[in-house]
Amino acid sequence: MKYLLKNADVVNPAGESGRLDILVDEGRVAHMAAQIACADAQEIDLEGTNLMPGLIDMHSHLREPGYEYKETIATGTRAAAAGGFTAVAAMPNTYPVCDSEAVVAQILEKARAEGVVKVYPIAAITKGQKGEELAEMGLLRAAGAVAFSDDGQPVEDPRMMRLGLQYAKNFDALLISHCEDKRLVGNGVMNEGIMSAKLGLAGISRAGEEAMVSRELILAETLHTRVHIAHVSTRLSVELIRQAKKRGVRVSAETCPHYFAATEELVEGYDANTRVNPPLRTEDDRQAILEGLHDGTLDVIATDHAPHHRDEKLVEYSLAASGIAGFETAFGLSYTHCVLGGALGLEELVQRMSVAPARVLGVEGGVLAAGKPADITVADCRQEYTVDVASFYSKGRNNPFDGWRLTGKIRMTMVDGKIVYRDGAVVI
Amino acid sequence: MALRNKDLLGLRDVPREEIQEILTTAGQMKQFLTNNQKKTPHLQGKSIVTLFYENSTRTRMSFELASKYMSAAAANISASASSVQKGETLIDTGCTLDMMGADVIIIRHPLAGAPHLLAKHVRSSVINAGDGMNEHPTQALLDLFTMQEAFGSLEGRKVAIVGDVAHSRVARSNIWGLVTMGARPVLAAPETLIPMDMAQLGVDIDHDVDKAVRDADVVMGLRMQLERQQAGLFPSVREYTRYFALDERRLALAKPGTIVMHPGPMNRGVEMTSALADGESSRVREQVTNGLAVRMALLFLLTRRTAQ
Repeated sequence: MKYLLKNADVVNPAGESGRLDILVDEGRVAHMAAQIACADAQEIDLEGTNLMPGLIDMHSHLREPGYEYKETIATGTRAAAAGGFTAVAAMPNTYPVCDSEAVVAQILEKARAEGVVKVYPIAAITKGQKGEELAEMGLLRAAGAVAFSDDGQPVEDPRMMRLGLQYAKNFDALLISHCEDKRLVGNGVMNEGIMSAKLGLAGISRAGEEAMVSRELILAETLHTRVHIAHVSTRLSVELIRQAKKRGVRVSAETCPHYFAATEELVEGYDANTRVNPPLRTEDDRQAILEGLHDGTLDVIATDHAPHHRDEKLVEYSLAASGIAGFETAFGLSYTHCVLGGALGLEELVQRMSVAPARVLGVEGGVLAAGKPADITVADCRQEYTVDVASFYSKGRNNPFDGWRLTGKIRMTMVDGKIVYRDGAVVI
Repeated sequence: MALRNKDLLGLRDVPREEIQEILTTAGQMKQFLTNNQKKTPHLQGKSIVTLFYENSTRTRMSFELASKYMSAAAANISASASSVQKGETLIDTGCTLDMMGADVIIIRHPLAGAPHLLAKHVRSSVINAGDGMNEHPTQALLDLFTMQEAFGSLEGRKVAIVGDVAHSRVARSNIWGLVTMGARPVLAAPETLIPMDMAQLGVDIDHDVDKAVRDADVVMGLRMQLERQQAGLFPSVREYTRYFALDERRLALAKPGTIVMHPGPMNRGVEMTSALADGESSRVREQVTNGLAVRMALLFLLTRRTAQ
């Protein structure tokens, strides 16, 4: 199918931007110019919208294999498409853990057969995410793993993390660290501070995140290697990363929409959909996250899409599963809170949600140019709408932004030249 | 005056006039108890269930007797004997009780927010009889009642609360109630047992118990669970009692006419000496009777509300 995308305002930070027509043919961008005519292409008038290189989410949980009751690759990638993502990286905390070539292959095959957007498996740093022995990074990389992370079971032993970073250098493999010292977190379930004092819930010390951010920065600096810090949530973490970057440490970092759109105040009422790890922090942290995005300390906005079954959230706060199903609110929250909030221009937002994740992961995408894959996201940045979790494509309805008014709605998602989502519906 | 909400989940959001209404009604209820009148018609035709996920003697007994003295049908479930152990969710258990016609469900639960979750899913009124470290509103109400009996108005009264504030639902509920009623709570405990940012809640914190107790109208001890020492929150009972136990020397620093309170159960000799617990200033035993009166008042006001 040949498409002629007309009249959109193209926001393409790594290439040509402005009012351009784009001709898509055989899955690729064939031509970009101010005015294109093509008789045999299906013409789509995108007047009034912004057209961007496809959004890439470098931190998500698709739950398959093993937890198909929470999400599958079929449902997860449809939710991603509805959220404007043309590619997502999937964390390895599946069952079995993605620490073998077989599981990487299984995920890639499922994604090819049932998925609607690109799926990049992230494999575990250590076998079984146990923090004891390194996973076979070389073989996993060759099988298609784009990065390595023990995610929610972070490598506790500093020696093991150091070995992982060292060994990864052989394969230029990226390690992603979920920074959380479990010993400092203890039995905490929300940010430690005024709200945990008010609500009588056990607090999670911010030091649990910050101490491990410091450790990873020091390890990367002394080994002259790179590291990526997942879901940054506190002011001091931002500051530590900022200082490290100034010293030339090869660190990249991400945050998630819930850390700049919400604070611990949202936990009032004990809605378990607000339980997430790291926890929602304070207004001061929220401001620091926005500053970090603004000055580029935080390279990437990722979702940490973490779908759960309804029953896992309809329980006492301390028993509830942690995580937010975030694919379908990510762009709206980001546009509303970062762009309308003034921290980022739209071009910088595309940088954080497409260009940078492609660069950090070393995958295709992040730019629109002749010959490149036609991974394209179209959004109407004037459209206001109300979040309705009941309309999610994700199986996970665990999202605390239900009922929120947001601006910036995804209109169309195209993957390799195929329209997978258009005007409210997945069309594949 | 009717209560605003169908539930009593905590004192944090209860306005002053409502607290006063409960305390005033409790005064009337206490008259029945003083007159040894233990069969009143206030809860005739009402069904009251206690749902306890934690052990309790006095609170559960207090609610149960309050219900029975006022002619309600009272039943109780304890977690060990119920379907809870079979893995039933709180909401399912609550809905079952609801469908059996419970007018009031009184819940104690080890996790903060559990009563709030239950209240959202049942028509019955829910009373929080203690949720984790969060609140224990009827304990605070009986404490406020006991203080009002001693002083009348609580406006400007200094209340020293000494002990494990961090893990204490009694402390939290008292802080909310005292601040609402115009009193001045002062907390004293090792820093490891004071929640972070607690000072922002409108209370004073003093790490020196002597200073906290000085000129206090009320001296309240909190239960010190010995597991806290094992968890490393303080080094030894010996050191704790040296710096934080309430004893006669410290009581002498308080205002003349001060009263000594403790929510029970007490570790005698740890957070408070027996000399204080059993001394002239002690209201510890009176607190138990007042607990009954307060719970009678609350059950009456809540069920009256549902009848309207």
